[in-house]
Amino acid sequence: MFFDIEVNGKTIKARNGDTILSALERNGIKVPTLCHLENLPPNGACRMCVVEVEGRQSLLPACSHPVEEWMKIKTHSPRVVKARKTNIELLLSNHPDDCLYCERNGNCELQRFAEDLNVRERRFHGSRNKYKTDPSSASLLRDPAKCILCGRCIRICEEIQHITALDFIGRGNKMQVGPAFNKNCGQCIIVCPTGALTEKQHPGELQDALHNPDIKTIIQCSPSLSVTLAEEFGLRAGKDMESLMYAALRKLGFDYVFDTTFAADLLVVEQAAELLERLNEKKLLPMFSSCCPAWIKYAEQARPSILNKISSCKSPQQMMGALITSHFAADLGLTDDSIYSVSAMPCVAKKFEAQREQMTHKGITDVDTILTTRELARLIRLNGIDIQQVEPEMVDLPYRSRSSAGKLLAVSGGLTESLIRTLHFMITGKEIAQPKIQELRSSRGRKEFKIKMGEFNLGFAVVNGIGNVNELLTEIENGRSDIHYIEVMACPGGCVGGGGQPIHPEFNNLKARAKAVFDIDDKEAIRFAHRNPSLIALYDHLLGKPLSETSMNLLHTSYQHREVML
Amino acid sequence: MMDRRVSGRLATLCNERVSKPIIYIGSGTCGIVAGAGETLKAITKYILENKLQVSVIEVGCIGLCSYEPIVDIQLPGKARVSFRNIQSPMVESLLDDVFNGEIPYDQVIGQYKNDLHNAWEGVSSLERLPFFALQHRIVIRNCGIIDPGSINEYIARGGYQTYLKCIRNYTSDKICEFVDESGLRGRGGGGYNTGKKWMIANNQVSDQKYLICNAAESDPGAFMDRSLIEGDPHSLLEGIAIAAYAIGATKAYIYVMAEYHLAWSRLRNAIDQMKDYGLQGYNVLGSGVDLQMILVKGPGAFVCGEETALIKSIEGKRGMPESKPPYPAIEGLFRKPTVVNNVETLANVPFILKHGPQRFNEIGTTNSKGTKVFALSGKTVITGLVEVPMGTSIRDIIYRIAGGIQDGKELKAVQIGGPSGSCIPPHKLDLQVDYESLWDAGAIMGSGGMVVMDENTCMVDMAKFFMNFLNKESCGKCIPCREGTRRIHEVLESITRRPQNETGHETLERFKGIMQLEGLAEVIRDTSLCGLGQTAPNPLISALTWFRDEFEEHIFDRKCRAGVCKELRVFYIDVDKCTGCVACLRKCPTNAIVGQPRQPHFIVEDKCIGCGLCFDVCKFVAVMVK
Repeated sequence: MFFDIEVNGKTIKARNGDTILSALERNGIKVPTLCHLENLPPNGACRMCVVEVEGRQSLLPACSHPVEEWMKIKTHSPRVVKARKTNIELLLSNHPDDCLYCERNGNCELQRFAEDLNVRERRFHGSRNKYKTDPSSASLLRDPAKCILCGRCIRICEEIQHITALDFIGRGNKMQVGPAFNKNCGQCIIVCPTGALTEKQHPGELQDALHNPDIKTIIQCSPSLSVTLAEEFGLRAGKDMESLMYAALRKLGFDYVFDTTFAADLLVVEQAAELLERLNEKKLLPMFSSCCPAWIKYAEQARPSILNKISSCKSPQQMMGALITSHFAADLGLTDDSIYSVSAMPCVAKKFEAQREQMTHKGITDVDTILTTRELARLIRLNGIDIQQVEPEMVDLPYRSRSSAGKLLAVSGGLTESLIRTLHFMITGKEIAQPKIQELRSSRGRKEFKIKMGEFNLGFAVVNGIGNVNELLTEIENGRSDIHYIEVMACPGGCVGGGGQPIHPEFNNLKARAKAVFDIDDKEAIRFAHRNPSLIALYDHLLGKPLSETSMNLLHTSYQHREVML
Repeated sequence: MMDRRVSGRLATLCNERVSKPIIYIGSGTCGIVAGAGETLKAITKYILENKLQVSVIEVGCIGLCSYEPIVDIQLPGKARVSFRNIQSPMVESLLDDVFNGEIPYDQVIGQYKNDLHNAWEGVSSLERLPFFALQHRIVIRNCGIIDPGSINEYIARGGYQTYLKCIRNYTSDKICEFVDESGLRGRGGGGYNTGKKWMIANNQVSDQKYLICNAAESDPGAFMDRSLIEGDPHSLLEGIAIAAYAIGATKAYIYVMAEYHLAWSRLRNAIDQMKDYGLQGYNVLGSGVDLQMILVKGPGAFVCGEETALIKSIEGKRGMPESKPPYPAIEGLFRKPTVVNNVETLANVPFILKHGPQRFNEIGTTNSKGTKVFALSGKTVITGLVEVPMGTSIRDIIYRIAGGIQDGKELKAVQIGGPSGSCIPPHKLDLQVDYESLWDAGAIMGSGGMVVMDENTCMVDMAKFFMNFLNKESCGKCIPCREGTRRIHEVLESITRRPQNETGHETLERFKGIMQLEGLAEVIRDTSLCGLGQTAPNPLISALTWFRDEFEEHIFDRKCRAGVCKELRVFYIDVDKCTGCVACLRKCPTNAIVGQPRQPHFIVEDKCIGCGLCFDVCKFVAVMVK
């Protein structure tokens, strides 16, 4: 039911059950928010969204207060603006003055509000909390001094991911956000309005390798990267920069450039074969996907009972890493010491994955350094490369070609779609008539799809966000048996919404990114992973067939129960 | 005939008529702190040594905390008589005297009025004492009088009959109506109409509703709830039982601060007794009503007294306030309709339903009905608990009930409403205590702490103390409360200190901070999330309003008239007393003292940092404070 309210002297329509904020937003009136997160229950901590409501003694928080029919609201009265400005000044009075040295310089919400509210003078002086940065996680860096205690990271971790790794510790001005344990998904980085949570970086080592003529540097980049990199350069969200990105990488000094999408094809084929094997033997079902390292870590910590049901396939990054170190390097006659393998990922959990014991061979990690999308963009800018002006290039042999099915792995549901295509071929010997599966392309957190292939009636489930996984796992524990394969991505939306992706204060780029991936799939010629010519060649020369001994050694891994505190 | 026999048995049950002597000892927390434990030991020893047949009952506090340990003696056939400040060495002579029929008059407070007994000669009745005469006791009527550990005595005095009347005769709607008609308002500080709140919860359709009794009394200077629970736990439990029935709740949580050990054990014991008597549990006395009371220990954080934070705390989460609406009466504990009431509010309920809403409605002022319990502390002659009708003036409470200010000093201010309350200056003493009058004067009722300050109190220091408390106890959730109180505290700190080696720049910054105090206070009040944050600047605002001259003295003259702010003291040496012993000259860290041995010394004011070392070392009291 709609009714009229008065805002800044004008009448606008509001809907029953709306918060003041949502009513204002629908009518195009902007109110600043620092702690508010779309789709999460309001928190009301930052007090930036306060508005003046006639007849009320104090200012009301727009994000949490329901809109009511009698309301006469002023969103930018002098009293409101003064309150907002004072609160920002109070935050700044306990914030390290090191914007110039901060990773989020230029992309910081606190900085933006200080600018918008015209803070030009340091009005409040006094003591500041002194903290040390916390480097204990393999992939995240926490700087409590920059934290403004908005609680976004806590809420996304609790409400969306159901991990509850972070919470407030202490009270009053001694309060800080701290972890007990985490799964490294990095969603907290994406929502952090300041530089309090960032990914761990090792730029020095990479620079040394790039400029050392004795070392061959090799980079692989994740399927999702080409559609998200553009945002870091101020371009439209969802613009595909694939070939420009390859060229830019070569300009950076990488000797060989590969695309992890090739390994994604490999993963699809291996996993399809594995699933078929389990289907024939009717054991270890439903099978869970294994390409998301945050999900794997979560399962190891919280769900040890299902570890044997997770596909043994390594993630595409690690498959590619293993191929590079053992196959590609060996072909070129390079030793382990003379190659430096880098991957550019949308993910911070990959930084943890690369350090896993199972992902090394002879004690050396398959991938030496992982860059997030943000780090890669920074590297490109650092080297003065104008990514729009470079000549498009292709990736190197022998992993040159890719299918658009591999590309789909960037989006939640894409892996399942690709897998169904290959599995259908494996079971029936024919290509699926309708490769595009619309049911799996929505932006929902849980999707399901049922299909008949040969003698099998198969059920596929796709979940993103750990919170949704828990729901599904409970159903399965309660005896649900119509699902045979479950794709899990820890980040909402899949890899396009990963913790290493460009940070955007509006959080509304997910759809554009996903659409770009679907567009690629819709218009390309090779839409099946098993049709990838380079992949067929790889099987011919090296692997033989899926799940062969070589491939088991090279491309598969195992999992172990992990104590939560580790 | 029948009636007389019953009333005779009842009189025995509630110790009105005794066959052997009874000694009562005030063993509330205030009594124990004053030495009641030792006194009790001495009494037990006396009884054993003299092989007497005497029972000893530990009671709560009657309200005269400054008279603790209080010992009452009731001999068969004689009225119960109270003695004050009975420390253990005095026990023997006191008991010797009383058992021999003599009264040590310098120790006596008064005697209880009782028609069944002979009064003591020359001992005034307790109710005639000014302390009691002006009070109207509803909530704390039994405190210090009855045995808090005995449900029998409570029942003998008419307890739990109102509860039974309610569940047998009234619907929940009717009870809500009665409470609404009585005009009872929340005593925890908010002052929301209790009956209305109950109606909202009662009208919610839900499989489960909850009642929460808020006994998280963590304001400095407030001890009403504690004393009530320690002195008369059953009257609170009866109120809870009725309230739970009135809103359709089958579970009632009592959230008690973990520091309240005695109150906790008294409640524990009282709840067990209720269960034994079938007054709670499944199908209470065959009425079809279920009631379960659950005691919860609160961590004692100030913020956990805020209802939404309290709910979080019971849920096992971090005690942090949530935005309202939704109000707890619609969506509260475990997302179910929940009524959160203060201890005092609930303790009023049995009276209202026993005597009808009209009786209650007659007490008090137009908009504030009933009585209010105040915890009186500070510099009055008597400190303790007082319960007065709404509308009583602060002057009456301080000068007539509490006997005025100690040592005949001047009153400077009355801090009312807890840490986020306000201070009332002497010229506002005729202010009536009721919700509206206090609000109009810029103060709040709060939970009922009343701290009386005399001329030796520095108002800047007072404001600083409360801002520090509020800053330390802020939950940290919203910016204005977390950061704002900290900055205010820092500014007040800078006013009360004499910075060493301050540069001109720092002086300027300090003055800028002072200029911003009021603006900052306004933003904190406007934008904080919960009631505690919104009232956090109150101590500052009220002190600035009424005692601006003291602030200005601190800022411009660098002087503290009460001598509390040590660094602002200015010292001088009395030349007549100074013997030139050079003790101060040697100690002075800034060489501010000059003089020859055996000649009077002098202090160079510009060099002096006010540390007070010279003051401390001078054996001849020659160093003085200006």
